[in-house]
Amino acid sequence: MSLLEVQDLAIHFGGVKAVDGVSFDVAPGEVFAIIGPNGAGKSTIFNLISRVYNPTRGTIRFDGQDITGLKAHDIAGLGIARTFQNIELFDHSTVLDNLLMGRHTHRATNFVQDILFLPKVRREEREHRRRVEQVIEFLELEAYRKKMIAGLPYGVRKVVEIGRALAIGPRLILLDEPASGLSVEETRDVAFWIEDMRRDMGLTVLMVEHDMSLVNQVSDRVLAVANGQPLALGSPAEVQAHPDVMAAYLGTGAAA
Amino acid sequence: MRVVFKTSYNRDIDLHEHGQSRGKIALLAAIMIALPFLVGDYYLAEAANTLIWALAGMGLMVAVGHTGQVSLGHAAFLAIGAYADSALMNAGLPFVISFPVAGLITGLFGALIAVPAVRMSGIYLAIATLAVFAIVEELVILLEPITGGVGGIMAPSITILGISFDRYGALDHFYWLCLAIVALVTWGYANLMRSPTGRSFLAVRDSEVSARALGINVTRTRALAFGLSSGVTGLAGALMGHYIGFFNYELFSIFISINLLLVVTIGGLGFIQGAFLGAILITAVPQLISIMRDNLVSVGIDLSGIPGLDTMIFSLILIGFIIYEPTGLYGRWLKIRTWFEIFPLARKDMFRRQKSYLKTERMR
Amino acid sequence: MELLQLIIGGLANGCIYGLVALGFVMIYKASEGVNFAQGDMMMLGAFIALGFGNSDEMGLPFFIAVILAMVLMFGIGWGVERVVVRRIFGQPQFALVILTIALGFVFRFVAGSIWGYTPLVLETPFAGQNLRGGGIVISLADLVTIGVTLVLTIALWAFFAFTKIGLAAQAASQNQMAAYIVGVPVMRINSLIWGLSGAVATVAGVLYATRGAIDPNIGLLGIKAFAAAVIGGLGSLPGALLGGLIIGVVEPVAGRYAPGELAKMSPYIIMLIVLVTRPGGLFSQIQMKKV
Repeated sequence: MSLLEVQDLAIHFGGVKAVDGVSFDVAPGEVFAIIGPNGAGKSTIFNLISRVYNPTRGTIRFDGQDITGLKAHDIAGLGIARTFQNIELFDHSTVLDNLLMGRHTHRATNFVQDILFLPKVRREEREHRRRVEQVIEFLELEAYRKKMIAGLPYGVRKVVEIGRALAIGPRLILLDEPASGLSVEETRDVAFWIEDMRRDMGLTVLMVEHDMSLVNQVSDRVLAVANGQPLALGSPAEVQAHPDVMAAYLGTGAAA
Repeated sequence: MRVVFKTSYNRDIDLHEHGQSRGKIALLAAIMIALPFLVGDYYLAEAANTLIWALAGMGLMVAVGHTGQVSLGHAAFLAIGAYADSALMNAGLPFVISFPVAGLITGLFGALIAVPAVRMSGIYLAIATLAVFAIVEELVILLEPITGGVGGIMAPSITILGISFDRYGALDHFYWLCLAIVALVTWGYANLMRSPTGRSFLAVRDSEVSARALGINVTRTRALAFGLSSGVTGLAGALMGHYIGFFNYELFSIFISINLLLVVTIGGLGFIQGAFLGAILITAVPQLISIMRDNLVSVGIDLSGIPGLDTMIFSLILIGFIIYEPTGLYGRWLKIRTWFEIFPLARKDMFRRQKSYLKTERMR
Repeated sequence: MELLQLIIGGLANGCIYGLVALGFVMIYKASEGVNFAQGDMMMLGAFIALGFGNSDEMGLPFFIAVILAMVLMFGIGWGVERVVVRRIFGQPQFALVILTIALGFVFRFVAGSIWGYTPLVLETPFAGQNLRGGGIVISLADLVTIGVTLVLTIALWAFFAFTKIGLAAQAASQNQMAAYIVGVPVMRINSLIWGLSGAVATVAGVLYATRGAIDPNIGLLGIKAFAAAVIGGLGSLPGALLGGLIIGVVEPVAGRYAPGELAKMSPYIIMLIVLVTRPGGLFSQIQMKKV
């Protein structure tokens, strides 16, 4: 059974059909990539899954449950984490606090207990910290733990955002262009981490990416979209060889 | 620079990073407790006033500094707190009940208006709070049986367990009462900011969209923050009522809202300490001005003929801070401390602000 | 008849709210910031016109005095942007809110120091002239107010909709950095808009002064004008005028049929209702942020 099922998804902004009839499903433990030229609707698909936008048509099912009607803040609790194309971190907090904010869905205390800082709150805090330290170790962020986000280089912020998503303890992680703006070495790290997430953490990964070397290296299946419509679905090699995909990228106009 | 060797996560969770900082707080507390024996009644009353302003400042800081919700109407919550407390006491309830209930009423009122207001952002919320202020001001006049209308109301004298805490009759007791309340609220506030709730406030402040992606209910979080903010401000209002003694709606003018904003901005947005520094400034400056006036009169310059000079000076200080030190007094202090700690390694550009650009709010 | 009379007076009042609101909207359109000193700029403009025009001051002819005041206030608005506002360029909106509130106090102090705090009357050519017809009395001052407001609103709207500078100003507000990159002189345009809003504030102040005495605290009217701007939607010039008119009419009518305090609350209640039901105002421009 598939973990994420997207059926006939569509959203129209005014007259613009940003996404129009996209269907795919992601199996547990799979690394699934969505590729396409700029403005193809890739990030919009992400925003639809994470409920930032309401679809005009279609359904999204996660683990058999229809999530199309849920609120954006209900998604993380189901075990879906995401990163953003243009990093959306909490700039005026430390790396550690950013990661701790990722533990929000696991909080077990209410604000009154928090204000009084009952022993239970301390216990919970220690547990959150332990989990977050695992993520820090995994992503090798030890040196930045107490640094403010605002002063960090771009590449590190990108990693912190992945870390924050991992801190949620998700089953499915949505990575929106994880390699954009990164150096070759940093991209290679990302590739290793994606492999590890799948292998060691049992995560399912759905990503939008432009860097074909990363896509080829890590993904099991690829969906190509253009103008909001699906072009091809299959293994990375199959999709890249597909005439429609080549036309969309090279702009030969050979295919609609 | 002090390096702390940490052996357990508890060291990071604790309020104080090392023993020295705990010692400093203890010393400060000792001085504050001993203050009635050290200074005369005039300055003790001023100290109580400063504490009340710091309390109100902490209230506003939760909203403005830690959740990013600008309020121009916090004077309304001061008013609600003051009237609720006095009305409950006039109805026969003792202070130990009326005081927390007044805070609770104000907090609920704040959370209630926050629910529709949280849909608005930035500037619109500021305007909505201004409207709420204008409405509350008129309501105070309308509800004459409770508030005394235009004429005003007398705040009853406080007695707890047979001991008088009257502001005039037992000023030292009243001061200690204020100190205890402020200390308690500060402790709760500091706890809040090291807990999941406090972190969710910061998350909502810095990026709504990723707060949602982390499972934070933005509307509820903002309403909670605004409710806590107005509740604490309501407590300050109740104390302010007792401090002033006899008051009407004019005590809680729009200028009070603005003075409160001044407290948090000049003190340092996003720092609990900032509320205290701001409160000290706002109560000390009028004193300094009057001292300056007296001295100038002795050399032949009379400034007493110029009304509004206080506000003018406040305004200029405020403009200066916004332009030259947006992080406030506390931010400036942190920079100075860092400079000394790493002396002589500080470089000039270490403290330079990064250039930032404003993006439209219409695309929210 | 009485109701009609109230409505006409209300419309004229509303025009003044609308004019001050226009100042808010102009600055909002150009820099996405809100100038809380707009009401105090109106007050200052009125006093400067009084200083030039009144017989016991400089005694210049009324229209020359008004034009001089507009020029001077243009300079003050321009200068405020150059000297103060520009320095917080790029900081959160909140900084501008506090900064302009403080500026308002400075303006009030300046006016109070020069002209004192007792109400003064501006000498105008329309004082005490009324038109009668069908049992209704319309003062000439009201008619002038309504006429001038309409002309000014249309002119400003055309400025933002059609002129190159107006369009550039709007572009600058949507994304300062992008506007910079494509070569819009963001800073210079901001100065210009602040100057213009100073001049518009002067017109509002003079029209206000044709209807009664002025003192340094009339700037508090800015809060009501603010409500007007918000009701219309902060980015819309016709919206600002409409908001002003709504408030101007509702206030006296509510005052006629309800307790005075309720009437005083009415602008804010309307504003809250609008904010809750249409958070962007009647002419909303808010859209979703792209992620």
